[in-house]
Amino acid sequence: MLETFNLRVIWATMPQFLHGLGATAWISLVALIGAMLVGILACVMRLSGRRIVVLPAVVFIEMIRSTPLLAQLYFFYFGLPGLGFRMTETQTGIMALSLNSGAYVAEIIRAGVMSIPKGQTEAAVASGLNLYQRLRYIILPQAIGVTIPALLGQMIVLVKDSALLALISVFELTRAGQLMASERFMPAEGFFTTAVFYLLIYFVLKYASGQWQKRLIFQPAGGT
Amino acid sequence: MWGFYLQNLLDSVPFFFKGLWVTVQVAGLSLATGTVCGFILGIVRAGRVRALNLVLAGYVDLIRGTPFLVQIFIVFFILPEWGVQLEAFSSAVLSLSIYGTAYICEIVCGAVTAVPKGQREAAAASGLNWVQQMRYVVVPQALRPILPPLVGQYVLLIKDTAVVSVIGLTDVTRVGWLTVQRIPNGILVFGLVGLMYFLICYPLVYLSNRLEARLTVEENTL
Repeated sequence: MLETFNLRVIWATMPQFLHGLGATAWISLVALIGAMLVGILACVMRLSGRRIVVLPAVVFIEMIRSTPLLAQLYFFYFGLPGLGFRMTETQTGIMALSLNSGAYVAEIIRAGVMSIPKGQTEAAVASGLNLYQRLRYIILPQAIGVTIPALLGQMIVLVKDSALLALISVFELTRAGQLMASERFMPAEGFFTTAVFYLLIYFVLKYASGQWQKRLIFQPAGGT
Repeated sequence: MWGFYLQNLLDSVPFFFKGLWVTVQVAGLSLATGTVCGFILGIVRAGRVRALNLVLAGYVDLIRGTPFLVQIFIVFFILPEWGVQLEAFSSAVLSLSIYGTAYICEIVCGAVTAVPKGQREAAAASGLNWVQQMRYVVVPQALRPILPPLVGQYVLLIKDTAVVSVIGLTDVTRVGWLTVQRIPNGILVFGLVGLMYFLICYPLVYLSNRLEARLTVEENTL
């Protein structure tokens, strides 16, 4: 089974994989920042309570959540040039990833805000804090702490989703494996190496998420 | 130009429905397999037998830690090297089932673990064996917290079927990809593809939201 597994070739092409790993890492990071911006905006719109503002946010979130990322990616990749937008594959990919993850981030933050007991807001109102002060000093500090594990989970999803960018010929980790499969006819070496690198990222993020969750348990964010 | 493309696109709608049927078949088969295997493995994993647990935890991490795209490439390109020849459809169903099982296993395991220990002990004291304890006491109670995330997971899995288009299976995403070569308007073509997924997924997203809302309301009133 493994007699054909050629470690020497993997070692020889390691620079290519590391290059891919770097690309996956920075694409995911940029997309995460984009997703946070999209997510916070969509969440604030959603919770604003004004119908005209709530409706677009709900439509956006539900549309993204009900269609596959690959279809969204192709939508932008094949659709935007026709509308006169010229973007590189990487830019298109990052945009699609940001919008896609943004919808999920919006739901995560909303859940965090909702998880804060109503008494907190009431106490803040009674203390004479205005809306901005309530958000800044009472609600968001508590909400963010609670949502960090879920956001790290979304980061894991984002890293894995960025693999689809290989399909619009962005050079990243999966593409490196794909090239090895197609240029050297070594799919096993290529895709297993790719998988190992993804697992590496996964375990780092999973560990971070676990550590944070432990902190949450020892210092309850509710602050009774 | 848009009108011309739209006309062309409307002519090829039957082609899209054919693709949708392939998507539904792949999703249906792998969801069914994933649910059955996921429930069995999840209950076993909640049983806390050390060796089994280690193996299952490893399996779940391997699946959750790698992109589905890489997994389907491994099944489709590497299994043949080892002498397992599968055509695209079986590869797709196999890899999606393996993938779905891991996620459903975690959902089931979490819910089963959350059932209070006293329930199992009382069942054991009543003389039920392990299978009976699970079948009549633990799993029925775990079902309620399982349901909302399970439906949510179904939506994710149905959406992940789009990835099987890369191994040449003519599902609705691949139909879109083929059509866009002929009708060069991605907005229209993938708008239609998106609409088809939306029609399948949105009812499930809605159901999941409702289930979740109902569950939390009931918990809050306790």
